[in-house]
Amino acid sequence: MRSLRRTRLVGTLRPRVPRRRLLVAAVLGGAVAPFGPATLDGQEIRGSAFVETRLFPSDPAFVDQRGAAVSPSIGLEPELIWESSSGQLQLRLKPFFRIDAHDGSRTHFDVREASALWLGEGWTLLAGVGKVFWGKTEAHHLVDIINQTDGVEDIDTEDKLGQPMVNFTLERDWGAIDFFVLPYFRERTYPGDRGRLRGPLPVLDDAAYGSGAGRWHPDLAVRWSYFIGELDLAVSAFRGTGREPLLVPVSTGDGLALQPQYDIIDQVSLDAQWTRGATLWKLEAMTRGGHGDRFLAAVGGVEHTLFGIGPGPADLGLLAEVMLDGRSEEAPFTAFDHDVFVGFRWAFNDLADTSILGGPVVDYESGEIIAFLEAERRFGDRWVAELEARWLFNTDATAPVHDLRRDDFLTLRLSRFF
Amino acid sequence: MTYRTTYLTELGPRRGMPAAVFAATMAAALLASPVLAQDSDEALGQQIAEEADRRDLGWGDNASTMRMVLRNRNGDESVRELRRQALETHDEGAGDKSVITFDAPRDVAGTSLLSHTKILEPDDQWLFLPALKRVKRISSANKSGPFVGSEFAYEDLVSQEVDKYEYRFLREESCGGVECFVVERTPLYENSGYTKQVVWWDVSEYRIQRIDFYDRKDTLLKTLLYHGYREYAGEYWRPDRMTMENHQNGKSTELVFDEWSFGNGLSEGEFTPSRLRRTR
Repeated sequence: MRSLRRTRLVGTLRPRVPRRRLLVAAVLGGAVAPFGPATLDGQEIRGSAFVETRLFPSDPAFVDQRGAAVSPSIGLEPELIWESSSGQLQLRLKPFFRIDAHDGSRTHFDVREASALWLGEGWTLLAGVGKVFWGKTEAHHLVDIINQTDGVEDIDTEDKLGQPMVNFTLERDWGAIDFFVLPYFRERTYPGDRGRLRGPLPVLDDAAYGSGAGRWHPDLAVRWSYFIGELDLAVSAFRGTGREPLLVPVSTGDGLALQPQYDIIDQVSLDAQWTRGATLWKLEAMTRGGHGDRFLAAVGGVEHTLFGIGPGPADLGLLAEVMLDGRSEEAPFTAFDHDVFVGFRWAFNDLADTSILGGPVVDYESGEIIAFLEAERRFGDRWVAELEARWLFNTDATAPVHDLRRDDFLTLRLSRFF
Repeated sequence: MTYRTTYLTELGPRRGMPAAVFAATMAAALLASPVLAQDSDEALGQQIAEEADRRDLGWGDNASTMRMVLRNRNGDESVRELRRQALETHDEGAGDKSVITFDAPRDVAGTSLLSHTKILEPDDQWLFLPALKRVKRISSANKSGPFVGSEFAYEDLVSQEVDKYEYRFLREESCGGVECFVVERTPLYENSGYTKQVVWWDVSEYRIQRIDFYDRKDTLLKTLLYHGYREYAGEYWRPDRMTMENHQNGKSTELVFDEWSFGNGLSEGEFTPSRLRRTR
């Protein structure tokens, strides 16, 4: 959802700050200072170091979970970029590190990107570990499938693991076609036994696969994207290991546990946006086979911005999206099966790029509500403070997110950019 | 409407105006309006704008890096560093294409804005958010909104196509040590924050020296000054520095260009939403 915070340039500009960060950051800031603002003839180091703490006002629901109300962590996300003098070759390395005080699974390292990119006349070729985003809507990224979710980072599925790939892009008058070969599968990460924001049963490390090739099953995808006038649209197809696992209860020596099962799926999707003045109409729709019966799912909505509202140059964005998902019980769980999101974004358009984003996602059948509020502000040239709050309401025993009923939380993050 | 019967004497060659330039101006004026004696202020303003545009035709592409220094009333400063690539287009109804990429503040490093400008229609704009690798089409309706918190509105920074305005010649006077045509222009495109602008073009090279911006209440809002023009590729004049002063809120923004380069071999294919993902 944080992506939404900076989607207008003439206002909030910040590109969803690799956003995790708070408190004692002076230490980390000092540690990364030697990198400096390096821009040496086609080379660049950029990124951020952060200190973050999560505050959980309620005691945990499950016995193994760490009961502390304050859960701190620190992290580092540098990005090294090298560009040839002709500009036709880019090399990129972007590791990610987090050390969490309480959850051993949240302490983790990932290569978000490690790639070579060749830029030709009308084509590009990327090989290595990369990140790709598909989609148009804000509350739920339905058609986005190339990268696996890094589930220990947050519950909003916007943090992604690096995906090994070869991506060839052809650009013509009739749009761009992207071909992907994804030779290796990344398993979703889950909080550990001690961590919050999980269910009662532990998730096992060894997953089961629908394909005999396991995580080496070569997944394929193709995407055509095009714009004409006010319309941007893309049609995509994916065949390979579904990124969402079915969590199957199994008995182990230590009792019951959940084993992730990754099945082979095929998915065809459409995402489109109609940009009509200050109003953006958005749609994502897909059909998927391989997760139980073939099903349809869609997200549609509108984003309307009131410019120059209030005494200053602030903008107020109003958002509404509806989520529908026809999947069966045999398919992996989704929280967005019959939900409505109503939200706002307040962009101050000040020097500090201050912004506030919030709203509820309401399941109109079960009545359950996930509400969030996110705010951020730059301090000086290099510091960014962020606040993220999430509340869950009406999480009785029948609610899909009943497991998280005691996990309302507030995240405070301070990042130092270099 | 004031008819100008003394056009030739008023606009004759003067100090600082080479005879050849004057001749070119007159040729353009004559072609545009055979009945010179009845040239209106509107026609004169239009001719001056067209001549300025004609002199800058054929630049092809350019790239520049710039520093944007934002100052508030208390003198507090905030700096943005940007790279810009621009491509001249000749399509009917279309303006130029550009990509602006931020290098500072560091938390927005890599964020890029692709613009396909139009004459009277709303521009097409896409924003690239590097952390998410997301390209998002954004609304361009807010032309008068502040560009990244600066005193420049988006409409102040896009290409200044002739047909975006109606013109009216006001007078000729010295400005910043050179002789200038002073022309009022009225935006014809929708969502402008201005009722009018007053533009000072120098008579020798038709370079903009100054623009006064009048807000929707027709009150003077901002003044933009151009400094340190240099000639690139033997014919295209670009400033080293632009300063925008807001008279109403006391804030100002200075835009300092580190370098301009022309003839970089940029092509249409580098100004697409798909290619925007590949921005460094």
